[in-house]
Amino acid sequence: MREEKLTALILTVLLSIAAALYLFPVYWMVSTATKTRLDALSIPPKWIYKPTLEHFKAIFSRGSGSSFAHQLLNSFIVSFASTGLVTIFGSLAGYAFSRFPLKAKDDLLFFILSTRMLPPIVVIIPLAVMYRSLGLFDTRLGLIIAYTVFNLSFAVWMMKSFVDEIPKEYEEAAMVDGYSRLRAFLKFVLPEMRTGMVATAIFSLITSWNEFTFALLLTADKARTAPPSIAQSMGVSGTNWGYIAAGSLLLVIPVAAFTFILRKHLLRGFTFGAIKG
Amino acid sequence: MAEVRLEGVSKRFGRIQAIWRLTFEVEDGQFAVILGPTGAGKTTTLRCVAGLERPDEGHIYFDGRCVDGLSPAERDVAFVFQSFALYPRLTVYENIASPLKARGMGRDEIERRVRWAAEVLRISHLLDRMPDQLSGGEMQRVALGRAIVREPNVFLLDEPLSNLDAKLREGMRTELKKLQTDLGATFLYATPDHAEALSMGDKIIVINEGRIHQIGTPQEIYDRPADTFVAYFVGSPGMNLLPCRIISEGDRLFADIGPGAFRVELPPEVKEGLEDATTLGIRAEEVEVSLREERGWLRGRISLVETLGGYNIVEVDLGGIAVKARTDFSFSPPPGAEVWVRFRRDKIRLFDREGRAIPSPAACKAPSNA
Repeated sequence: MREEKLTALILTVLLSIAAALYLFPVYWMVSTATKTRLDALSIPPKWIYKPTLEHFKAIFSRGSGSSFAHQLLNSFIVSFASTGLVTIFGSLAGYAFSRFPLKAKDDLLFFILSTRMLPPIVVIIPLAVMYRSLGLFDTRLGLIIAYTVFNLSFAVWMMKSFVDEIPKEYEEAAMVDGYSRLRAFLKFVLPEMRTGMVATAIFSLITSWNEFTFALLLTADKARTAPPSIAQSMGVSGTNWGYIAAGSLLLVIPVAAFTFILRKHLLRGFTFGAIKG
Repeated sequence: MAEVRLEGVSKRFGRIQAIWRLTFEVEDGQFAVILGPTGAGKTTTLRCVAGLERPDEGHIYFDGRCVDGLSPAERDVAFVFQSFALYPRLTVYENIASPLKARGMGRDEIERRVRWAAEVLRISHLLDRMPDQLSGGEMQRVALGRAIVREPNVFLLDEPLSNLDAKLREGMRTELKKLQTDLGATFLYATPDHAEALSMGDKIIVINEGRIHQIGTPQEIYDRPADTFVAYFVGSPGMNLLPCRIISEGDRLFADIGPGAFRVELPPEVKEGLEDATTLGIRAEEVEVSLREERGWLRGRISLVETLGGYNIVEVDLGGIAVKARTDFSFSPPPGAEVWVRFRRDKIRLFDREGRAIPSPAACKAPSNA
């Protein structure tokens, strides 16, 4: 009994240290965002200070170019739209790869994955040239397409492995019962795929939301998303860390909230195989 | 209910020939069993009949009507999967009702039929449960319920008892057979368990590596196996298969086992094609063993005694050749004990170099996968 208590105590201490280490940057971000410029730079750091919202005000009333709020909206639209497309296409392709005897299936799957092997910076120049001539440069649609293509490869693989885990007997039983393949898919397979779809969506959303390279080089002002805009505010006349921290905080909140709401699915999604096994 | 006929049906998966030119028929109301070891092609055969796989060649007929181009739904078959495949998000009631709903039946009629099926299978008290709240035996009944709730052309059952424990399996064997008789349904049942096949089947189709080895009644399959595979696969233990050479002395014929170990006299009526025999087969229960010396019997030593409850299986060493015999439970000599052994002559089977029976069993249809 005493030994168990001791183990629990040691574990609690270790986990508290780990949590403190992980959460410290978050604390730093929040405190910097709510400190005045002077407080933020004081050495030694001020632990007790009078909080201010001046940086948030600055963010939403920026003078030149589109406002941060507008860029946040761009981030929102681009990320959610591409996530929706990625989840739909990824699920359908994953189902097809899992269930149908396609010719050269392994080669196709490898090809799909190989699109992920090039770092974005390598493809960005030809892509930028193409985007300019197609009129997609500095448009939300352009970014949505880029993110969808970029995330789809992973989504296909992820969804394929999720569908692999669903016994194909479900839809076969349904087809024998008298349903068409499409109805069997919609009625019996899709509900089982939900967990996988949520996990894929979260992954895709986080990637698109945080994406930097494409956003920086395929947009100028109109369709610019939040991440490159934050980087841009590291100006020549010194860096306003409070402003950057406030921007980062605003950037973190939506995706953190989304993940928090769907965390049950996420946990089940990533341990899907383990639970089934 | 329908009569089902397969004509030269083959299916290949990549490099693996799952089934090859299978030809057989299941009569209306017959309980036919496809018997074979794992990987023999049993499931593929059932899936081809159900329309879940498209055969590479050959045709399938229901009541003389070719169903090759029809979808599983159009074929109107019931399939009981090995894993039961109950819909995890539907209650037992909804699971059983599913095929009726898919066919657009009215709510009252669905209710009436589901209640009837549940009563027949004694699962009325489970109708509101979810599949994950059921035991293996209950799941199996629900899966059967989903099959019997409508009147399909044929019931296809893919090892439906293999996920159940031994005791339950025995009980379900009797119940399934009774259910089939009561419904007057055509059953095509796949199993690797010879005891299931022998106890339930009106007709047994023995397959291995995608090819038919023998088609016959349980009695024919057991007594007159068409080849050494069937002889060894069917029965527990499998038939003793002993290497031999045929020699004649005047009018009398002998099988020289080993060769050189011991001799067994063959019944006089066996003549045709005898020179080709290279294997002698005898079932364990046709080998008599005695602790007393008997005239004309073979002398051997006990090497192993397996106690199986109602009877024992003893292994006797006859001049270096091991022969299994089935004896009474009371017969339990210690290993090394001297015993006398005799083979019942009329139960001796002979096989040629390719393992085919000599003469080939007349009562059984020749395998038509040439």
